[in-house]
Amino acid sequence: MEMLNRDTFTPLISVRNLKKYFPIQRGFLRKLVGYVRAVDDVNLEIEERETLGLVGESGSGKSTLGRTMIRLYDPTDGQIFFRDGDKIINLTELEGEELRKFRKNMQIIFQDPFSSLNERMTVLENVGDPLIINGLISSRQELIEQVVETLQQVGLRREDIRRYPHSFSGGQRQRICIARALILKPKFIVCDEPVSALDVSIQAQILNLLKDLQEQFGITYLFISHDISVVRYMADRIAVMYAGRLVEVAPRDELLTHPLHPYTEALLSAVPRTVMGRRKGRAILTGDPPDPANLPTGCVFHVRCRYTRDICKEEQPNLRSIDSNHHVSCHLAETLELKGMEIHV
Amino acid sequence: MSLELTERVIEVNNLKTYFYLDIGVVKAVDGVDFSVDRGKTLGIIGESGCGKSVTVHTIMRLIQSPPGKIVDGSIKLYRFRNNELEVVDITKLDPKGKEMRNIRGKEIGMVFQEPMTAFSPMYTIGDQIVEAILTHENIDKKKARERAIEFLRRVGIPRPERTIDAYPFQLSGGMRQRAMIAMALSCYPRLLIADEPTTAVDVTVQAQILDLLQELQEEMKLAIIFITHNLAVVSEIADDIAVMYLGKIVEFGKKEEIFNHPLHPYTVALFRSIPKVEGKLERLVPIYGNVPSSYQIPEGCSFHPRCESAIRGICNVTLPDLIDVGNGHKVRCLIYQKVEV
Ligand SMILES: Nc1ncnc2c1ncn2[C@@H]1O[C@H](COP(=O)(O)OP(=O)(O)OP(=O)(O)O)[C@@H](O)[C@H]1O
Ligand SMILES: Nc1ncnc2c1ncn2[C@@H]1O[C@H](COP(=O)(O)OP(=O)(O)OP(=O)(O)O)[C@@H](O)[C@H]1O
Ligand code: SF4
Ligand code: SF4
Ligand SMILES: [Mg+2]
Ligand SMILES: [Mg+2]
Repeated sequence: MEMLNRDTFTPLISVRNLKKYFPIQRGFLRKLVGYVRAVDDVNLEIEERETLGLVGESGSGKSTLGRTMIRLYDPTDGQIFFRDGDKIINLTELEGEELRKFRKNMQIIFQDPFSSLNERMTVLENVGDPLIINGLISSRQELIEQVVETLQQVGLRREDIRRYPHSFSGGQRQRICIARALILKPKFIVCDEPVSALDVSIQAQILNLLKDLQEQFGITYLFISHDISVVRYMADRIAVMYAGRLVEVAPRDELLTHPLHPYTEALLSAVPRTVMGRRKGRAILTGDPPDPANLPTGCVFHVRCRYTRDICKEEQPNLRSIDSNHHVSCHLAETLELKGMEIHV
Repeated sequence: MSLELTERVIEVNNLKTYFYLDIGVVKAVDGVDFSVDRGKTLGIIGESGCGKSVTVHTIMRLIQSPPGKIVDGSIKLYRFRNNELEVVDITKLDPKGKEMRNIRGKEIGMVFQEPMTAFSPMYTIGDQIVEAILTHENIDKKKARERAIEFLRRVGIPRPERTIDAYPFQLSGGMRQRAMIAMALSCYPRLLIADEPTTAVDVTVQAQILDLLQELQEEMKLAIIFITHNLAVVSEIADDIAVMYLGKIVEFGKKEEIFNHPLHPYTVALFRSIPKVEGKLERLVPIYGNVPSSYQIPEGCSFHPRCESAIRGICNVTLPDLIDVGNGHKVRCLIYQKVEV
């Protein structure tokens, strides 16, 4: 697993100051009382064939970021650029037919393989549906051929096209979902906790499949997971999200062993380890996750941070680069000596 | 009574719980043996459907009957009555009777994956914990409330004097989990059963709960049965580990033994299939095939259709026994057993 060369970095996707706010409405008249700032001023880039891992606690905005990046949600503000050959497409400006056409480049795989398929449709219809919607096939024979080819790529068989989703196991259903995402030959796939609902022994099959497909078709992934060991296996770089903001982005091993943000430190120290003996001296995170409708001033992490200074309560730190690969949003990044994981490679 | 036996809290022998359904018999738990001593934690791991929950629900006598039935074995609970040690066989009790109701909650506490299954949304957590205490102990309401507040404080709930009057939905997932632990421990049980208590929470909350359980265990000399499918979690909390496959324990031993010298081909395969946070990054090796349907458990060694080391003509015929290979490390595999061919 080689690291990306940042000098020749030509991102497939660039996200600039992206925001997604959900309105909070109350009462009979649905009066607007505020906003949930689910994604708040996010900047990031993903290179072609790269896997960017995205971690963070529940409610931190990971799914919202993934969905907004592929325009399943309309952004509240900011820009998303997508490189298509030599052209740079501004996704945020695409509307109507143009957007619909462009969508085939971007797909999503969800956590729950039990609710993301249509139970009343056969595998042929479930997987082939995107081809029909996009008017990309001219005959039933062509539909069958393309679906069968894709099913075989994900390890399913020709006979399976006539079966209904309920007759498959969880792992097989996730394969069907992957086939559905794959059939339009997308450049970019958001994997939103794709193995969290699967049994441990099935996870390996799906993770290996996603890796092989990436190799074969040059796909780029945003890989969302709360499981650090899964992210370590999949990602080239890791981004950490907290309360709608990216707090740290770095190459995988660098982030795991030398975190620069206090939240990342706390997150890593909480990861259960298979090393023997009970560990002492965890940087245990106290307090509750922030209320996204009512975020603290200054640094969003300051109420739970072990290192808070006065400046943290007043000024919001921005994501900035410490070196060319390592970005962090913490006022004290240069002075703190944080503890990462020993990963014994 | 010897010291060894007074330290014992529970001993399960040859336990079998089957479900009799129209389409066939599910042998969910099929001959399980283990014991847990004071201050020790047994971790039970295994793939979905291998019988972890049915095992502990049988101990709590929470299995619906019909279709479920304990068809064999014993569950001996060691407890003190007027400073005398006595042993009850839980399988012989009426699941709805007074004695069993008293064991649940008083002698054995239980926490679940989803705290909402333990708490009713209609009452405050305080009402429910106080009620649990009053059911089992001869103290007045005021004392019970004081104890509930004390336990809420002990599990790290902020401002317990106020939080005690909160409804479950008013607490975050992590706080609910803590409140459930407080309720499970509020009558000082000797055994705590935790069925995937951290599966639905974030890693940061998970770490807090694991630390909390270990602290309380030390303080109260609790015996714990901890069910999880997360190997790293079990390695942090367990003293002994039981690996289950299709209703049977296939490997049992000290945590260090299981992690450093796994013997059963299933355990070895399971370890190779799971991503790790440390060590060299190697391609994962999925376990061959799928878990068979629980109606059709394979003949002989039930792992044989998926086992790389299976010996044809032997493994698909002979049922292996759980053999002690030394130091209490037990394995159910014909490779470690002298078989007559
Ligand atoms: N459609 C929506 N309408 C209103 N609020 C929403 C919507 N979707 C998400 N939110 C809110 O936005 C915040 C971020 O949610 P999101 O689902 O993106 O988090 P997440 O990091 O994916 O969490 P998890 O790990 O639990 O999946 C949460 O506070 C959530 O309640
Ligand atoms: N009430 C029931 N009726 C019929 N079969 C049941 C019942 N409860 C459990 N089973 C079956 O018993 C077997 C063991 O189930 P159990 O819930 O103990 O698995 P588990 O190891 O806890 O799995 P998981 O990790 O998914 O929680 C499964 O095949 C299950 O389908
Ligand atoms: S800016 Fe201050 S409060 Fe925020 S993470 Fe850094 S040290 Fe902690
Ligand atoms: S008994 Fe045979 S099939 Fe079963 S685990 Fe041992 S080698 Fe494999
Ligand atoms: Mg999500
Ligand atoms: Mg279970």
